Amino acid sequence: MSTDTLNHSSHHPVEHEEEHHDASGTKLFGFWVYLMSDLVIFGSLFATYAVLMKGTAGGPTGADIFELPLILFGTFALLISSFTFGMGVLAMHANRVGQVKVWLIITFLLGLCFLGMEVYEFQHLIHEGYGPDRSGFLSAFFTLVGTHGLHVTFGMIWILVMLVQLYTKGLNDMTRPRILCLSLFWHFLDIVWICVFSFVYLMGVL
Amino acid sequence: MSASSTNAHGSVKSYVTGLVLSLILTIIPFAVVMSGAFSVLATVIVIAVTAVLQILVQLVMFMHMSTKADEGWNLMSFVFTLTILVLVVGGSLWIMQHLHLNMMIG
Repeated sequence: MSTDTLNHSSHHPVEHEEEHHDASGTKLFGFWVYLMSDLVIFGSLFATYAVLMKGTAGGPTGADIFELPLILFGTFALLISSFTFGMGVLAMHANRVGQVKVWLIITFLLGLCFLGMEVYEFQHLIHEGYGPDRSGFLSAFFTLVGTHGLHVTFGMIWILVMLVQLYTKGLNDMTRPRILCLSLFWHFLDIVWICVFSFVYLMGVL
Repeated sequence: MSASSTNAHGSVKSYVTGLVLSLILTIIPFAVVMSGAFSVLATVIVIAVTAVLQILVQLVMFMHMSTKADEGWNLMSFVFTLTILVLVVGGSLWIMQHLHLNMMIG
């Protein structure tokens, strides 16, 4: 409704805004296509895991090594971080740079909680002698969960880069689409983790 | 017009709804697995259904995927990717299962 009024009173700014929105939209769609290809990578890693799941070579099964309460803690951290990033995007649309920075920092810290959980789990498993070299099941498990963890690590580096750019450049035509792409990346990692949590961990202990 | 622009960016309400639904859809399968009250088949079904629901919640509430965004190209590419995934994951499992059975017999 309010946009209609804007359309009548001042035609040019709206037109400009739409052009600008189109360029940003193309970038976002390009990034979306990248995410879809990343999804295929995760899909093949899931297929590998599903095939090798029973190949424990006399070693531990999922039920022996998965500590669900710890994993649930990490899952909550990642779910809430997805929400806080969404709040950051809303703050960006409202042109509140300070709030965007705060939400990004909170998202980063929650990502750190998740990563800490994963590093602890991996380190604990390897220490027990259940490293990726123990069995086909553990190789596939470490590859799948490790690839997701690497993505989260790069997402966190990207958050730091965006924080630096927000301090030096502020919110402009360059930084806005980047934050939107990063938000898509972060939500995407959340979705992949839901699959890992459900199909690897929860079904693994049955 | 203003309605479609709020949809594209989301609102505090849609993000809060997304978060609450996500947390609930995470706790349900976790509780079912930890309690061990149901049979294995029932548990697997609960896990699969809540996972799919949660993915949909996140796609719609957080990533704002809809038939309207980018004239539906987001959705189209997602559906295409899903087709590929079904072929890759389903196909791998199918082939390897048969191979496994044949190896057992031979």
